[in-house]
Amino acid sequence: MTTTIPVVKHILDANEQLAAVNRTTFAQAGVLALNLMASPGAGKTSVILATTSRLPAAIRPAVIEGDLASTIDADTIAARGLPVVQINTGGGCHLDANMIAAALPNLPLGQFNLLLVENVGNLVCPANFALGTHLNVVIGSVAEGHDKPYKYPGMYAAADVVLLNKSDLIEVFEFDLGYFQRGLTMVNRSAPLFVMSCRTGVGVDAWVEWLQEAWHNAFEMTRR
Amino acid sequence: MHELPVTQGILQVALDTAQQNGALSITDIHLVIGAMSSIVDDSVQFYFDMLNRETLAAGARLHFRRNPAIATCLQCRHQFEVTPPLAAECPVCGSAQLQVAGGREFYVESIEIE
Repeated sequence: MTTTIPVVKHILDANEQLAAVNRTTFAQAGVLALNLMASPGAGKTSVILATTSRLPAAIRPAVIEGDLASTIDADTIAARGLPVVQINTGGGCHLDANMIAAALPNLPLGQFNLLLVENVGNLVCPANFALGTHLNVVIGSVAEGHDKPYKYPGMYAAADVVLLNKSDLIEVFEFDLGYFQRGLTMVNRSAPLFVMSCRTGVGVDAWVEWLQEAWHNAFEMTRR
Repeated sequence: MHELPVTQGILQVALDTAQQNGALSITDIHLVIGAMSSIVDDSVQFYFDMLNRETLAAGARLHFRRNPAIATCLQCRHQFEVTPPLAAECPVCGSAQLQVAGGREFYVESIEIE
């Protein structure tokens, strides 16, 4: 005779708990943390470079880079003089809260107040593994085609903000922006969409302004 | 895609609950997984059968309740279940103004123990 025990716990409960610890660490250090997620090559590193070169002096960024292997991205970021840590997952397809917790001691906590985490290039798995970050930034690219919100609704639904990169290629790829926007709105009514080209710079300022406001709002709340 | 860590998660949640309740064994685990998640049930079962050996969950049966995502047409109010790739138009009136909700559940609902 069996007994039924109600549980109602997130399947990745252990990771959720670690993410909560990370979130506390960020709050205590006065850091707003972003989780940048996108397919390989969509422009995560480019967004980090384009964003950090436009921030005012009051916002001091640091970066955590996530890749299966190599330090290519971290080296590029370090060359800009930004504090950066590279996580190599050795085959894992996403970052998790444990990896972030292990990486944090390698950053100069107290010397930065914005953390950009570049997740592994993957439009599926990262959405399920909380890191303890505050904002999910999903980066799509025109070169992927306009149907990605329809095919990867889990990721687009999880976004707090969506950046559509490589806008300079809209004609070449016959990208239907309206179709893309409808797909996004269908699964996510609240995430704003910023259409941009990191290469030409078009549209990047509007995203950086939004980020600055989010950063100011985050710290107004902790001051209360 | 990442059924192994997912299966490890299920096993950990189930074993923690079983231990807290002084169980001798776990016979069944009930899961609620939304249609928008990319989990393949057979892959989870496959990993689970490997990982549960020599634990309280050895031999336990997994039960998957797949909650659908529901699309609502903002024009004609027709509602229908959807799974990726999502429909771009309402099958009744053809409008592109759809709203999708739900299908994002991801939890262990209950376990049965002896």
